[in-house]
Amino acid sequence: MKSGDKLRNVAVLGAAGKMGSGITLLTALEMASQSLLPENKGHNYILNAIDVNNENLLGLMKYIESQALKFAEKNTVSLRRVYANREDLVENEEIIREFVKHTVGIVRPVNRIENAADSLLVFEAASENPQLKVSLFRQIEQVNPHKPWYLTNTSSIPIAFLEQEAGLQGRIIGFHFYNPPAVQKLIEIIPLAHTSNDLRDFALDYASNLKKVIVFSNDKAGFIGNGHFMRDILFANQRVERLVEEGVPEPNAIYILNKVSHELLIRPMGIFQLIDYVGIDVCQYIMKVMAPHYPQENLYSPLLDRMLEAGVRGGQYPDGSQKDGFFRYEKGKIAGVFDLESSSYQGVDAFEAFALKWGDPWPEGVPQWKAVVKLSNVDDVLTSYFTALKHHASAASQMAVEYGRASRDIAKDLVNTGVALSEEDVNTVLKTGFYHVYGPVNKYFD
Amino acid sequence: MRKKVFMAAGYNTISLGTGRSEFNPRKPRPGIEHYMTEAGRATLSAIGGASNVDECVVGNFMAARFNRQGHLQGFFPAIDPGLQFKPGISVEGACASGGLALITGIRSILAETADVVLTIGVEVQNTVKAIYGADILAGAGWYKKRKNGHAYFFPGQFSDRAGAYFEKYGRERTRRSFARWYRNAIENARLCPTAQEFENKTQDLEALAMTEPNGKYFVDHLNVYDCSKVSDGASAIAIMSEKGLERAGISLHDAIEVVGWAQTERDITQDPPDLTELTNIKGAIQKALQMAGIGIHEIGTVETHDCFTIAGILGVEALGLAKPGEGPDYVLAGETSRTGSVPFNTTGGLIGWGHPTGATGVHMAVTIWEQWTGKAGAAQIQLNPSKPYGMSINMGGDDVTAVVIVYKKADL
Repeated sequence: MKSGDKLRNVAVLGAAGKMGSGITLLTALEMASQSLLPENKGHNYILNAIDVNNENLLGLMKYIESQALKFAEKNTVSLRRVYANREDLVENEEIIREFVKHTVGIVRPVNRIENAADSLLVFEAASENPQLKVSLFRQIEQVNPHKPWYLTNTSSIPIAFLEQEAGLQGRIIGFHFYNPPAVQKLIEIIPLAHTSNDLRDFALDYASNLKKVIVFSNDKAGFIGNGHFMRDILFANQRVERLVEEGVPEPNAIYILNKVSHELLIRPMGIFQLIDYVGIDVCQYIMKVMAPHYPQENLYSPLLDRMLEAGVRGGQYPDGSQKDGFFRYEKGKIAGVFDLESSSYQGVDAFEAFALKWGDPWPEGVPQWKAVVKLSNVDDVLTSYFTALKHHASAASQMAVEYGRASRDIAKDLVNTGVALSEEDVNTVLKTGFYHVYGPVNKYFD
Repeated sequence: MRKKVFMAAGYNTISLGTGRSEFNPRKPRPGIEHYMTEAGRATLSAIGGASNVDECVVGNFMAARFNRQGHLQGFFPAIDPGLQFKPGISVEGACASGGLALITGIRSILAETADVVLTIGVEVQNTVKAIYGADILAGAGWYKKRKNGHAYFFPGQFSDRAGAYFEKYGRERTRRSFARWYRNAIENARLCPTAQEFENKTQDLEALAMTEPNGKYFVDHLNVYDCSKVSDGASAIAIMSEKGLERAGISLHDAIEVVGWAQTERDITQDPPDLTELTNIKGAIQKALQMAGIGIHEIGTVETHDCFTIAGILGVEALGLAKPGEGPDYVLAGETSRTGSVPFNTTGGLIGWGHPTGATGVHMAVTIWEQWTGKAGAAQIQLNPSKPYGMSINMGGDDVTAVVIVYKKADL
């Protein structure tokens, strides 16, 4: 059996979740394209979309249908060639509908893990819970005689742990999509030393077929993406604590750190907004998973715990809109800041005024992330901006420079501790997975 | 011409679509009757009301599919109750539907069944996405060729023409002439408030238009700037006899006269005999000039059917202003620009003003009328008194229906 044939029967675990639905979509589209190749005529393609939540599975099917429609509308030129021999399909509309019907027909929304009994490939996108993942793999191993390959979307759990606990012997590889999988270009691939070459090649081919940017990471908890992100969070936490010691009220300190990391570091969003985007609970969980693997570090944020205890979780609604977390959002914009003391949100204006006064004078003419992304001479613009920032004496500017240096040190540590293969890989992950306009390892903060 | 035929009281709605700030694909837009009413009422009020109208004609291509509406002549009495129980007719000839509406009106004057014909062209196409609109517009070709045609059927047809032209005459210079054609179109459109590209702010238009075509998602030899956009709009004009002008109280100074026309068909089931020329258009131009009794060098301005830049270049050659293969040089030398020897498409043409398919032929006549009566506003060109004629070239399908009309300033 060729590696490509593995796509004939696939299971996605946690298919209706945030990451799972994107992985299901991309896989269904790839399977549909494969199944329409002349050499694959006569073969059935089945994608078992496994999830415990029926309501979310219904939502998944609607999502697959609407996204397959968009895909077909964009790729009609090539789809007309694919369906050239179907005399009954003449107009674009007929071709597009047929492709959507075909793609949706591949996906079987089901509840039970036994549905993976005949799968040759298993994409795992269940919750970031090591025991749950191990248990799912074991259940499949019990009913599936085909020795399937496992591609796990874990963003933090060491692959070797999963392999060993579930007894998978070289049949598992880390295949970490970024959120949302259908849009984000990055995939972190985490092979083990003894991962079979066939599986390794398949993962690489498959990621290339999806037109993703591929970065290999070593099997160290958190890998590159969360390896940087979690430590970035902890640095921001420390700075919040320091500001509080200096007499800044905590919600104001959170707002300041967010504003500095967003605006002055020219990131797409500030650090606390990013935590809200990912989910405060998810971040806490990832730290919890990572912590035992880094006993010399204190990978723990009391601030996240306190937010969760107050019942504030962040994350997103099924339609992709932002839930409230550290901040309250209106149409995607920060409208309020959560005050742990009063357990309520306070209007953002007072926090903005406070931050401006605290950091006075804030540097002027700061390039905006939105504009910088579109520039062709990004390096020139950033060099001159950060050079000026380093010489700007305000508290805000100095905090930004310190923050940039901390981010750089985290990135270098990822290479020194053998998580990342190169500094360039860390930069690629931050640039493609987190949409930063520059990598953390740079000369701007030297 | 057995009788004098005039046109006056022209009106264009805006050409709505991407590029206009009023356009929001997520919000509801006016329906086809809105455009017919706006244009129809404007022309009626300029000719003294519906009581002066004897007959009505509407040109439209595919409202039956774009808008689920056939039978458009039934809307005339809705435009003005004064048109109730008067004759109305709807004509269709793909993107030359507007031209056919003009010809139908001209014939009524010549046949002496009418002295005043209210003529409207209309199309509302933004009801579907472009990929589905391509299916609808493909109806201008032979249905049996749809299956093997391009997803974007007509861009595909004209991409093939561009490819053949590149092969025969060279690619680089031709592509540069496409880019110049685009720039002229947008610069002219910026002077016309109803144009779809009126608000276009791109600085280096030619550089943009040199974007390399991408056959994977579109067609092999044309980029999107080589193509007219998807447009909603209507144009109206009154076609009148001398008696009609008098009845409507319109002076010769405010009218243009039709002095020649030709309307010809090429077999829709056959491929064009030569991809590098518009054979049917070329013949129709000759016939129309012959009828007018003038030579090409007496034409002071041309509105030609530049649904694609290649069609613009081929139009220049069909007119005989440049030899085959030399259209690109003529355009690159600036001869077709608004200050050139023969200004083309002075309000932007199909690429700049817009291409609400069924309205386009009428829009061409309105532009010529505006220019010769001094009503073109900021888009007004300096007309050369030794070239007192204008010409419109309206094409349906891939050179299948041709409508060519020669006009002159009526008070000359």
